[in-house]
Amino acid sequence: MTALEAANSIKAKFGDLISEPTEFRGEISLGISDANQIAAICGFAKSIGFNYLVDVSSLDNYGEDPRWTVVYHLRTMLAGVEICLKTSVSEEKSELPSVVGVWRTANWHEREIYDMMGIRFCGHPDLRRILMWEGYPYYPLRKDFPLAGKPSDLPGVAFTRVTPMEGGPFVTVAGVGDSSAREPRVRVPETNE
Amino acid sequence: MLDTMKAQTGKTEFGYNSKIEGDIVLTTVDAALAWFRKNSVWPMPMGLACCAIELMAAGASRFDISRFGSEVMRFSPRQADCMIVAGTVTYKMASVLKRVWDQMAEPKWCIAMGACASTGGMYRSYAVLQGVDNIVPVDVYISGCPPRPEAVLDALMKIQEKIGKQPILQDTVIAKALHLQGT
Repeated sequence: MTALEAANSIKAKFGDLISEPTEFRGEISLGISDANQIAAICGFAKSIGFNYLVDVSSLDNYGEDPRWTVVYHLRTMLAGVEICLKTSVSEEKSELPSVVGVWRTANWHEREIYDMMGIRFCGHPDLRRILMWEGYPYYPLRKDFPLAGKPSDLPGVAFTRVTPMEGGPFVTVAGVGDSSAREPRVRVPETNE
Repeated sequence: MLDTMKAQTGKTEFGYNSKIEGDIVLTTVDAALAWFRKNSVWPMPMGLACCAIELMAAGASRFDISRFGSEVMRFSPRQADCMIVAGTVTYKMASVLKRVWDQMAEPKWCIAMGACASTGGMYRSYAVLQGVDNIVPVDVYISGCPPRPEAVLDALMKIQEKIGKQPILQDTVIAKALHLQGT
């Protein structure tokens, strides 16, 4: 089974829910129009051999609607076939079904997305923050969250302060010039307001 | 013997000489206590990131921190004298670190090892405490990312120097009991 055959068999099963497979640098991606069906689609993908969930990640398309894209990387352990599923979630909803029932490894991946991006996964058995502490009021990987952070205080648990950026951020440029050209220097991104 | 030493080094060594003084050493209580104290600084290894690897190297045979009497790494804060904060202190870890520090018995000292523990280092981020001196008093800072084990030993010698100068018996309960006040 190649990745394209797998993508076509998923599309044959779910029809209009699934977009045409697209290929980028040898990886086949499928778009899923209804995020509510993600658990069912993942269950079917597992039944045709995708027994390993490599990663679940999320994108913040800030300023666009729908704002969130959730990306699933699947792999068959036997043949090494990889496929990528993408689905969109609107900011008002910010919720989609959990796939912990399909792959148990999704548990911590989904907790990380909940912690960093604030997207909830309904049906998750233990949806708590995983990196920051319970009660931290922000979602740090959102595009509208400043790099320097925001002040917060939860007495007895933890606090945060705004980091002095000193003209930063200090960014390393890889593979350019000599080591003094590559070392971390103040490089303000153009999108920075 | 003194003559040979003078011939070798060009100066006379003054100090304890068993031929002259026998089995007696004269000193003050304060100096003796300071000497005991500074040569048995038991570290609390607060290993939080890659600096902890260099701290382990400082404890291993090549650099051998036991030459300075500090090989007894105590993982219980109750038994430790000097907290070596080796690594990146995140805000989530900061409260834990503060609690460990509060549990250490006085007198206690603190070494901020490396750029992250001293200033936050390269982590100018929402998640990282910008220097452990925001929450605990630091005696010695070590530069480097990570510092070499020699730098840890140097910091330890600085701590020993500081401990050696600190009066022990003045204004203490022991001093009052021994009526040593003002002597």
